[in-house]
Amino acid sequence: MTPQEISEKLAAKFGGVSDIGLEAKLDAPVDPTIKVSPNHMLEVAKFLRDDDDTQFDYLSCLSGVDLKGKLAVVYQLFSMVKRHKITIRVEVPTENPSVPSVESIWKTANWHEREAFDLFGIIFTGHPDLRRILLPYDWDGHPLRKDYQVPEFYNGMKVPY
Amino acid sequence: MGLLDRQFDNSNIVITSLDSLLNWARLSSLYQLQFGLACCAIEMMAASASNFDMMRFGVIPRATPRQVDVMIVSGTVTLKMATRIKRLYDQMAEPRYVISMGSCSNCGGPYWEHGYHVLKGVDRVIPVDVYVPGCPPRPEALIEGLMKLQEKVRNESLAKKKIA
Repeated sequence: MTPQEISEKLAAKFGGVSDIGLEAKLDAPVDPTIKVSPNHMLEVAKFLRDDDDTQFDYLSCLSGVDLKGKLAVVYQLFSMVKRHKITIRVEVPTENPSVPSVESIWKTANWHEREAFDLFGIIFTGHPDLRRILLPYDWDGHPLRKDYQVPEFYNGMKVPY
Repeated sequence: MGLLDRQFDNSNIVITSLDSLLNWARLSSLYQLQFGLACCAIEMMAASASNFDMMRFGVIPRATPRQVDVMIVSGTVTLKMATRIKRLYDQMAEPRYVISMGSCSNCGGPYWEHGYHVLKGVDRVIPVDVYVPGCPPRPEALIEGLMKLQEKVRNESLAKKKIA
């Protein structure tokens, strides 16, 4: 399916749902993207995986983005069966960055979501084991946020040059 | 200076100082702690492999800090790794030496400004004997660093060392 058809399919299925926030940006310079509200991400993901026409059985990447004031999670989906792809995007306010975990749908999201939590502080609700994955457990803050300040010391070791 | 320059004919006797005998033995068998941190580790492995064959200097990688003489810090030292490096260094028996290999381990390298997670030089946690510059240094450079360390060992005196 083309991104256009996928977007129309989603609109036909979820168009009637209030606050779904479906917003297709298919002429994006890199990847055709469909925006979804965080409240409905789980059902949209489940539909995209299980529907016979889409069959997105593979989450190739899950990334976090800091948009200054908002945080975004970007899901890049691919279908091994249908050989098509689409990008889904969810945006949440920085004060309450809570997104439903898609770990129950694509197992690979487990570590990806831990990484996004570690570096951006995005809280994935329903994640079975939301711990830091790269930084030490006693680290303060989320370093890939735009407003992150590098600490002066970490465990007695001077950090700046 | 050589060990054999005062050898007597047919009697199997060598006269030398205890220090130079001990130092000769130590510098000819500098066992190395077997671990690598980043791309420098690839060059370190190349230095150990057949083309450069660091084992001809007596450098044998050992997998435990209790059996080694020298730690080659080969790569980027993250703050998470720095605590482990300190711990490994503390477990090494004296006399112990450290070769800091590559720019990252010397001073933070390309991460000096924006590397929030990088220790800007391994000498902030453990004392370093030899710094090998390069990003990464070629095996020849590492072997040069090793020979500098051998020079240092050769000029030490264990017999005259004061007990601290």
